[in-house]
Amino acid sequence: MENTKNIIELKHITKTYEDGFTAVSDFNLEVKQGEFITFLGPSGCGKTTTLRMIAGFDIPSGGEILLNGKSITELPPNKRPINTVFQRYALFPHMNIFDNIAFGLKQKNTPKSKIVKKVKKALELVDLEGFENRSVSTLSGGQQQRVAIARAVVNEPQILLLDEPLGALDLKMRKEMQLELKAMHRELGITFIYVTHDQEEALTMSDKIVVMSEGKMQQIGTPEDIYNEPINAFVADFIGESNIFNGIVTGKLKARFCGGEFVCVDDMKEGTHITAVVRPEDVQIVAPENGTIRGTVTSVIFKGMHYEITIESGKNEIVAQSVNVAKVGQRVGITVEPDNIHLMITEDHTNFFKVEINKNKELEYNDNVLDVSLTDIIKGSYFDEDGDLVDSNGIEIDTRKIRVTAAIQPRDIRMTDEQEEGLVQGYISNLIYEGDHYSYVIHTDLEHDFVVDDEYLWNMDDQVGLIMPVDKMKFTVKR
Amino acid sequence: MHRRTFSRKTLGIPYAIFLLLFVAMPLLVLVYYAFTNGQGEFTVMNLVGFFTNPNTLGTLFYSFGVAIVTTVVCLLLAYPTAYILAISKWKSKTVILLLFVMPMWINFSLRITALKEILTFIEGNLAYHPFLNTVIGMTYDFLPFMILPIYTTISRLDGSLLEAARDLGAGEMQAFLRVTLPLSVPGIISGVSMVFLPAMTNYVVLDMLYNSTYIMGSLIGSYFSAYNWHGGSMIALVLLAIICLFTLLGGGQEDENARGGSLL
Repeated sequence: MENTKNIIELKHITKTYEDGFTAVSDFNLEVKQGEFITFLGPSGCGKTTTLRMIAGFDIPSGGEILLNGKSITELPPNKRPINTVFQRYALFPHMNIFDNIAFGLKQKNTPKSKIVKKVKKALELVDLEGFENRSVSTLSGGQQQRVAIARAVVNEPQILLLDEPLGALDLKMRKEMQLELKAMHRELGITFIYVTHDQEEALTMSDKIVVMSEGKMQQIGTPEDIYNEPINAFVADFIGESNIFNGIVTGKLKARFCGGEFVCVDDMKEGTHITAVVRPEDVQIVAPENGTIRGTVTSVIFKGMHYEITIESGKNEIVAQSVNVAKVGQRVGITVEPDNIHLMITEDHTNFFKVEINKNKELEYNDNVLDVSLTDIIKGSYFDEDGDLVDSNGIEIDTRKIRVTAAIQPRDIRMTDEQEEGLVQGYISNLIYEGDHYSYVIHTDLEHDFVVDDEYLWNMDDQVGLIMPVDKMKFTVKR
Repeated sequence: MHRRTFSRKTLGIPYAIFLLLFVAMPLLVLVYYAFTNGQGEFTVMNLVGFFTNPNTLGTLFYSFGVAIVTTVVCLLLAYPTAYILAISKWKSKTVILLLFVMPMWINFSLRITALKEILTFIEGNLAYHPFLNTVIGMTYDFLPFMILPIYTTISRLDGSLLEAARDLGAGEMQAFLRVTLPLSVPGIISGVSMVFLPAMTNYVVLDMLYNSTYIMGSLIGSYFSAYNWHGGSMIALVLLAIICLFTLLGGGQEDENARGGSLL
């Protein structure tokens, strides 16, 4: 029963606020009648703003929204056949459940007898029969959520928008509601547009997922597509847990990343810069002599169905899932089946590398202290009298538990013959001429590859130091 | 374990003593005087006197009139002001709010004297419009007490409730009437109780405006200055009972947060 009619289309939607912040830029989307579509992304990625523009609470600064082919871009929310289930329910506290659900119907001057009938049906749909005269404050979070859904669907909207509707519920309740919402979607046949930051929720419920980051659509596809064939490192990292490495194609069906040469199935030109994605469940732990690469187990966590094992190999960290337990400190080998390695061409050659935090709470790479303070890279943080790092809410940050990644562009790195001047040392393992400059790959002593642009020709296997100015680095912190 | 006897309750002792000395005791004295005559004998004649004396009853109704009109005028002025201030996105709105509150920082008698001069300039002789002058004076005095609780209630309203109303098909006016207005009732009640009750009894405004009319407060004052402690006490007691009644009626729905105390 394939339906090809587009119920809503977003064309080149952009939202820039008065302070110059762009929440959404050039967003294009077509939603088919009856689809369950999810906007997925971290907070601040623009998913809620997009939803609010569809609802009519925000007006796009550019672009057009079409409903059944007609523009509704500037239509106020009360004139749109679209209803919203709000994140914090937004039930009217001064009305009982009946009046809450009947609110929309009364606005449309529906006859009283019809209202009573429809409210009753809506309450049956959400399993709250007989709750008409209860007041909002006597209801539990889950029940309020159900009332919010009933209040929206009772108006028989063409599209139902759900803004992280399950965010405030506990895990068990959330799982139940996910299934119920899915069933409700099938029963009602209304188009659902759902917003969440929970990737598992998105994968469970949606027909189609839109992954967003920094106001842009990263990828759109079915849950399977997005999980199995992520289009870039962001999507791979956000959907499920992933090991992500920068690397290079070294020959036919061969790629080097994470300090080893792996056989893979993606046929790419030799010398292509790639991002390799390996799911933890696809990492195989073998005896050290049988592994493509070797490493040391640094942590083992029991997760119920499996063990999550972290292995350190050179400066790389690999997360594996295994039903067999391993010991911390054990030497192991790692292999990955060729079809479980997902290679993506890196158009963006940004170098990412992990930065250590030493005991003086300074940032360090390759035993060199970087001239930047942690307070500069964690917004609003400061050191208190005891020398502890404290965030903007005054809560102490455990520096052992945060991971800092630095990013630097190839053109910002300079090579030097005076190796000791460089932050890190290595040899040129690859070079390509790219019209106006050469693109080099430097394989460092830390088993990490850096991409460097330089207008002069250097020779293969030259030993060089890499000078990386700290002010050109961008830092991200994962807690 | 003796050291543990200092508890949080201990901190309440100073205020409890104060309460006993300056609230409970005078109240008992008031009740004693109200139900005794000059010879110290028990009597209900003061109470009977209150309800049979056309002068006291007239003042009671006049006071009600002044209080009701003052409250209504305050409400009509305060609600739109508070609403516009609360929903506006101006960065300087705290400054504007401060402008409304600032007169309260100026000495009360100074303000009323200034008002008197202005009114005299406009009206010529203050004696021509006693009622009007009383209402103007009291409105001027009590307006911030109406604006603040309403402002606080409206600005604390969850914005998503209004969005929900719009989303469910209500126009801006409908959303205001069915969501904002009913939800700002606690602020209105709080404001009304903070204006109505003082307006019944505050006779300083009248006195300072050289007003010839009496409200309840001035009536009690006149009894006391004539050394009629028993009659004055009874009027005070009846007024207290009426105020208690009003507080009980309005108190059921009153929202403590709506008082706007944090802004004062």
